[in-house]
Amino acid sequence: MSETVTPTEMMTIAAARALTNADICFVGIGAPSAACNLARLTHAPDITLIYESGTIATKPDVLPLSIGDGELCETALFTVSVPEMFRYWLQGGRITTGFLGGAQIDRFANLNTTVVGDYAHPKVRLPGGGGAPEIASNCGRILITMAMGTRAFVEKLPFITSMGHGEGGDHRARLGLKTKGPTAVITDLCIMEPDPLTKELTVTSIHPGVAREAVAAASGWPLKFATAVAETPAPTAEELSVLRDIQARTRHAHKAA
Amino acid sequence: MAELMPLAAAIAANVHDGDTVAYEGFTHLIPFAAAHETIRQGRRELTLIRMTPDIIYDQMIGAGCARKLKFSWGGNPGVGSLHRMRDAVENGWPQALELEEHSHAAMANAYEAGAANLPFAMLRGYIGADLPKVNPMIRTVTCPFTAEVLAAVPAIRPDVAVIHAQRADRKGNVLVEGIVGVQKEAVLAAKRSVVTVEEIVEELQPPSPNSVVLPHWTITAIAHVPGGAYPSYAFGHYQRNNAFYIAWDKIARERQSFLAWLQDNVLSGRPEDFARYARRQAAAE
Repeated sequence: MSETVTPTEMMTIAAARALTNADICFVGIGAPSAACNLARLTHAPDITLIYESGTIATKPDVLPLSIGDGELCETALFTVSVPEMFRYWLQGGRITTGFLGGAQIDRFANLNTTVVGDYAHPKVRLPGGGGAPEIASNCGRILITMAMGTRAFVEKLPFITSMGHGEGGDHRARLGLKTKGPTAVITDLCIMEPDPLTKELTVTSIHPGVAREAVAAASGWPLKFATAVAETPAPTAEELSVLRDIQARTRHAHKAA
Repeated sequence: MAELMPLAAAIAANVHDGDTVAYEGFTHLIPFAAAHETIRQGRRELTLIRMTPDIIYDQMIGAGCARKLKFSWGGNPGVGSLHRMRDAVENGWPQALELEEHSHAAMANAYEAGAANLPFAMLRGYIGADLPKVNPMIRTVTCPFTAEVLAAVPAIRPDVAVIHAQRADRKGNVLVEGIVGVQKEAVLAAKRSVVTVEEIVEELQPPSPNSVVLPHWTITAIAHVPGGAYPSYAFGHYQRNNAFYIAWDKIARERQSFLAWLQDNVLSGRPEDFARYARRQAAAE
């Protein structure tokens, strides 16, 4: 096994650590799915993973390419229809944690996956929100994982697909939301958490070997750093080998026609 | 009453130019063969409805079948953009595509409202999101008991729902298993429905009394098209061809490569072609 840990591996491992056995987690596809399954295969074997295709308490052996791969249904405790998924389980308030990715994020952890440019005449048409608008409001807390860069971490979003902390402060509460919203943004360089009062994302931990300047340079807004910034613990041998095993199984499975 | 007929006849009789149509399937059981037949028959000016328009609607949009898309997530799952959909939205090729965009929760609720013969659906949704600013079909309703303000969207009532299912019996009762998506709601919300199936059996034999069964009197036409969901999958029959979804990104990126693929695989194809996918997967397992 290579001892060099890639930034993406560090991101996935740090994101997995944010989850516990007690979580009932609504899983987004891509980076969130890798993190959630890594958690399940390491320190959180009893975590409940739910995909919006209706598969509940699923234990895939390879990472799904889509949100509804057969693997998810075959390994689920049970599978419900999509209306039931969104009505009873998500809107019903049964889900403790929503794990989202996005194309763009702002300092209050609002996400854009809809358009770049004007909505009616977009420069880039992105896939859209899918389940995210209601995941963001109905789950107990939200974790976000995405790679940093100035095109992704932007001063102003062209479109708010799903609300994080809105304009900051008590904006969520003013809209009647009782859920916490985003509690951490786990990137390939660092971990950010919202300031308890202003809700502005603040760097609380930097991954090993990453310079503070590099973190600041990868954000489109002037990033706030906590008074005491921790160093993210390096990946353990177990975390790395479990992650690389599932990625290898996944690559093999997705190549097979 | 469901009538068993060839796919070409089922599409010709039920899908007309200008219709509002829902080819549903949430990753699983996507009715590819029926969509290809619709493209071959040259349908135009369709309003396409689907929660997750993936490569099947990319193909229909690129082939010029659609004037409008009502949806909640339009991408190639796990791979990236739908290039034909983007070309239509960003450049108007092969024609402009009007979008009516919702969230998954709203679309799922709207199908359910359609099936329940209600005029609209309500949900606790879109809070703090921008979609209501750009989609006038997202409105609000006030609870008459608590005064809570909730999001409201119109019920989905398609002219036609088109789905793929595992099997039908001789009477035309249909069984759907696995990830069942919104297909039941789509069929019950629609005026007409076309179902393609992997197999026709003497007795439906649902594995449990709670299986998703659509009785023959809710279905207009059934066509026996083994492999008809390929390259998506049919639980219990064949797996999703993820390699093709990955390959689609390159095929669809340029107009010329897309048109060449369309000519070779759709316009020159027949519904029976899909049977080879069902056989190949079965042999490999």
